[in-house]
Amino acid sequence: MQNSDILTLNNQSLPPDLGLPPAEDIDAELLDNETMWDRIKIMLRKNKLAAASFVVIVLMCLAAAFAPFLTPYEPNKTSLKDRLAPPSREHILGCDELGRDHFTRMLYGTRVSVMIGLLPTSVAMIIGTVLGLMAGFYGGKIDFVIMRLADVVLAFPSLLLAMVVSYTLKGGIISIFLALAAVKWARTARVIRAQTLSMKEKEFVEAARSLGVKKSTIMFRHILPNCLPNLIVLLTLNIPESILDEASLSFLGIGAQPPSTSWGLMVFRCKPFLFEYPWLAIAPGVAILIFVLAFNFLGDGVRDALDPYLKD
Amino acid sequence: MNNPINHVNHEGRKVLAAAENVVKEFKLSGNIRRGDLVVHAITDVSLNIYEGETLAMVGESGCGKSTMGRLFLRLLEPTAGTVRFEGRNLADLGEEELRHLRKQMQIIFQDPYASLNPRMTVAQIIAEPLNTHQVYGSHKETEARVKELMKKVGIRPEFTNRYPHQFSGGQRQRIGIARALALNPKLIVCDEPVSALDVSIQAQILNLLHDLQKEMGLTYLFISHDLSVVRYISDRICVMFLGKLCEVGPTEEIFREPKHPYTRFLLEAVPKPNPHLRKEQKAFLTGEMPSPVKPPSGCRFHTRCPLATERCSQEVPVLRTMAERQVACHMVNP
Repeated sequence: MQNSDILTLNNQSLPPDLGLPPAEDIDAELLDNETMWDRIKIMLRKNKLAAASFVVIVLMCLAAAFAPFLTPYEPNKTSLKDRLAPPSREHILGCDELGRDHFTRMLYGTRVSVMIGLLPTSVAMIIGTVLGLMAGFYGGKIDFVIMRLADVVLAFPSLLLAMVVSYTLKGGIISIFLALAAVKWARTARVIRAQTLSMKEKEFVEAARSLGVKKSTIMFRHILPNCLPNLIVLLTLNIPESILDEASLSFLGIGAQPPSTSWGLMVFRCKPFLFEYPWLAIAPGVAILIFVLAFNFLGDGVRDALDPYLKD
Repeated sequence: MNNPINHVNHEGRKVLAAAENVVKEFKLSGNIRRGDLVVHAITDVSLNIYEGETLAMVGESGCGKSTMGRLFLRLLEPTAGTVRFEGRNLADLGEEELRHLRKQMQIIFQDPYASLNPRMTVAQIIAEPLNTHQVYGSHKETEARVKELMKKVGIRPEFTNRYPHQFSGGQRQRIGIARALALNPKLIVCDEPVSALDVSIQAQILNLLHDLQKEMGLTYLFISHDLSVVRYISDRICVMFLGKLCEVGPTEEIFREPKHPYTRFLLEAVPKPNPHLRKEQKAFLTGEMPSPVKPPSGCRFHTRCPLATERCSQEVPVLRTMAERQVACHMVNP
């Protein structure tokens, strides 16, 4: 009796041979035709920290764009009677050593800092990614040339190299753009090359080759998407780094030229007053901190959302 | 050879793919004192694959089975010798011609986890061969073909937008099979397609492969180290040892009467489900597998062979034809 019970049970639990697998294991969140953006939206709904970071970044960008409408003061108008004024109702963050409204200058400084953070980094990463992919995929001479070039760039202190580049280009924001792009591609290229080397040996790349897929298609359709997590991590590291580098360069007199300003320049210019008027240096410092952190949190969230393994 | 497209052997069977004295060596980055080291992966192998058959290639790990499969598909280039497909020498083809010919030959991989791009959906994976060769003009037709292929291999067509990691090993292997089938190929190299799967799933996949062969007239080169799987699926077997062929012949004959001592050891090593059929003591192979960097002289098996004589260590045995089979051993008399 018992034996026959077990037998019937077993029969029921056996999957039908060659039959279709059951359909009920579809994740609740997994919709058909789900795009990358849908996945990021779902992530933002779940991950509060990433959502807050996203809001902060958007707000900062808006503040930079609409700076003239957010403040009644001119960024470069000095007023000696307000010299080093403490925070008050008229001047939320007080005034600097020339009596310029500190909050106004920070809003205008956001423009430079956000642009420096995003533009040269993106350019450098696009160059680095393409060169890294080529080096890893083709190997041989191409690899040698690209990687020795990267070695040269990496062997110099990046700040020094950026100084040389921007001195040669006569200073200013554009030269900082080019200087940072020239320095930052090398690390991206190295990371992407390493990832490409390991991806190249994967069987799905061999499968693509056996299908007759073109080399460039293999590179950009099979290998590049699998470098995405590395790229996002690099991006969240590079953006804050660029902002800080710009600050250093500005401090050395090569970056943003007074009277125009940036967060980094403000920190350095207000350093002598750190003990008597601490809010002057702390406010732009905190702005840099918040911006950098927001990028890191958002980057983490996006990476997880786009990672098919981590999904669910 | 006179008619390169219909390359027919003396028994009247059509040869689909052929290896002629193929050698494949891999250079190891050397060391200063000893110079470059060379791995002799494949040494002088000649083998025909006939249209419509399943030719199994067996041997232990590292004997060059997978290398041989990739040489047939020209995923690797032979160091010497020629590989032909339908009589055409693959080395003579230009890049575009080869790309075109790839429609005819496909591969199914061992590891269903590594062989599918984790960042592509099932639909993208299966559509890739169709898009690469621009088989269909419209997106709709391609999509219909993808769904048809999914049904054919037993994956629900609703799952087109899923990613590979959302499937089990067996289902992933089915996706890999669908991709290989998409272009209606003639030859499929199955590189240990079931060895990474559960036994129950193995049977399902083997049945699927079998049904597809009947339906589409496929030819398989079935690489495996599992003799029970091979017995089930193959028409002919070739046994490899350290980059050389030991024995080639029809499956049942080889199982009934293995001639080469290495084949005998391989068959002996298959576990017997019925305890009454087990002998007291199994004859195991002793000693290490010789290194392919420094293969033994003469017969490569002589260091481990119980029948080995002086002659075996000096003279390389040639593959001799005996009725329907070929054996490379000095100690076997026709």
